[in-house]
Amino acid sequence: MNTRIATGLMLASTIALAACQKKAPEELPPPPTATPAPAPAPSGPTVGSQQHFVDAVGQENTVVYFDTDRFNIDAEDQAKLQRQAQYFNQYSGVTFTVEGHCDERGTRDYNLALGERRANAAKNYLVSIGIPANRIRTVSYGKERPVALGSNEAAWAQNRRAATVTIG
Amino acid sequence: MKQPALFVLALMIASPLAAQNQDLGQPVPEGGEVETIDEGEGLSGTVSFDGNLDDLGIAIPGFATDRDVATPANSSGTAALGKELARVITADLRNNGLFKPTGPDALPQPSFGEITAPNWPIWSNRGAEMLVHGYVRARSDDRLTVGCYLYDMALQQELVREGWVVPPADWRRAAHKCADIVYSRLTGESPFFDSRIAYIAETGPKDNRTKRLAIMDSDGANHRFITTGRSTALTPRYSPDYKQLVYLSYVDGNPRIYVYDIGTGRQTLISQSSNPTFAPRWSPDGRWILYSMAVGGNTDIYRVSASGGESIRLTDTPGIDIGGSYSPDGSQIVFESDRSGSQQIYIMNADGTGQRRLSFFGGRAATPEWSPRGDQIAFTHIAGDFNVAVMSPNGRNMRTLTNGWQDEAPTWAPNGRILQFFRTERNSGKTGLWQVDLTGENLRRLPTPVDASDPAWGPILP
Repeated sequence: MNTRIATGLMLASTIALAACQKKAPEELPPPPTATPAPAPAPSGPTVGSQQHFVDAVGQENTVVYFDTDRFNIDAEDQAKLQRQAQYFNQYSGVTFTVEGHCDERGTRDYNLALGERRANAAKNYLVSIGIPANRIRTVSYGKERPVALGSNEAAWAQNRRAATVTIG
Repeated sequence: MKQPALFVLALMIASPLAAQNQDLGQPVPEGGEVETIDEGEGLSGTVSFDGNLDDLGIAIPGFATDRDVATPANSSGTAALGKELARVITADLRNNGLFKPTGPDALPQPSFGEITAPNWPIWSNRGAEMLVHGYVRARSDDRLTVGCYLYDMALQQELVREGWVVPPADWRRAAHKCADIVYSRLTGESPFFDSRIAYIAETGPKDNRTKRLAIMDSDGANHRFITTGRSTALTPRYSPDYKQLVYLSYVDGNPRIYVYDIGTGRQTLISQSSNPTFAPRWSPDGRWILYSMAVGGNTDIYRVSASGGESIRLTDTPGIDIGGSYSPDGSQIVFESDRSGSQQIYIMNADGTGQRRLSFFGGRAATPEWSPRGDQIAFTHIAGDFNVAVMSPNGRNMRTLTNGWQDEAPTWAPNGRILQFFRTERNSGKTGLWQVDLTGENLRRLPTPVDASDPAWGPILP
């Protein structure tokens, strides 16, 4: 009886903790300083946080772009994904999501499927260069989450993308 | 000591369900029964009018009552309710674009006795070719009896009559049923007003839209939100019996199809698979649900029993096979596939055999929906802009019905004569519901409380 209570409470508190961690706001990186910090003063973004990932690989390397209705990974995308893979090889405990997106010039259902295809194309390339598939989650947002808001070719090109986001 | 332990365990068991339901608002009460009653034999003469229906004047004065009494349907009583009934019928017939109705606010009020014996001289000099009369009576059980009569002015003759007993909350259904018999008698088409629409209500900026599952009557009344908007909801479809809604929700972070039970307010996943599922559709008999599932980026169409169980895969080509709409007899399915390199429309037998391409008219073709009459397939034609088009089930006779920048996802009125779709505005991304009839005329916007997309028109209410 007592064990059951204890296990129940433990599990409940673990769930609560997990929930807390997920919702905790990301820490902002400290402003750069001229003098190198003395030895082990652990500051800056936590390993595995999105900020840490962006700082390490560069914002431009976290997103690959696609042509209309296409989902192929071209040479430029490969270079970006290789940079991402370096990071994920270095921090082998980090898991992440590849989000697939489309521009607004597609029908809703088809775009959901196309976004999934794009996310998987990026994932498959990462797996082919050695990142274990079980560290990569994919999700499609179809045309639901544009980053560029215009209705023109430049905006649509920005929205046809697969964005890598760490699960921190 | 026993109590807290049970409490903790109960919480733990309940949590996955709670997560699944955390986007649902208050359950919506199910509608009541509407009973058709015998109004006796009406004469059924031939309509005297032989011009264009859109020139047809119809006078619709207030419905009379035998005794003006309070009713839960209208705090002012049955006389005021009688006027409201006539207003709803007038709006139905006017918005349809086919007739020129005149409502109760511009007409004298007939007495109860005149409903079955019109005072012809009063109406004959008002330029109307048709006259609608009706009555409403409060019953001792709180329900209402509503009678509806259509008269031909030139012949001074009754064309059709019908009556219904409705719960007070469903009084508008009696008005829609009256509009339906008038429409059907004058056009020869099947009714469609007494039906509902499920859709997605949209608010917020283009890069952070809130999308909620919502339902309403065919005229926009009785509007209700089903989800709270915490998670994105998309692409709903009413079950043919109106007891359930199937739709896509991101409530667990992934796009997945849920079946929402309107009476109980509970919902279940259509597939326990962790793969994303999209584009749900009912079979006309309500026994099956079609959905699409992506596995490793490859999307195929599956069929599952509406009561659950194993899914059967119907397509297996590389690429995106998605959507799907049954022929009215349930024997065939039209669907969308990019197996040829771009989105095109295909047809197959209901068991997945005999797949072949239907659309060969240039551009892309998406979101096919088989008309409930069986004679047309509506779809989104993408040729530069996006427009609603129809074709015969053999792929011929393609006709474009709209001329928008992005008109998408047509859904049929229950009688297969009118299409509803959503229109997205360039740049702002604002959306709204529109409808157009098969002639491509009578295009109009359906008013909704906020922006709206993904409409799904249900059949005539049971």
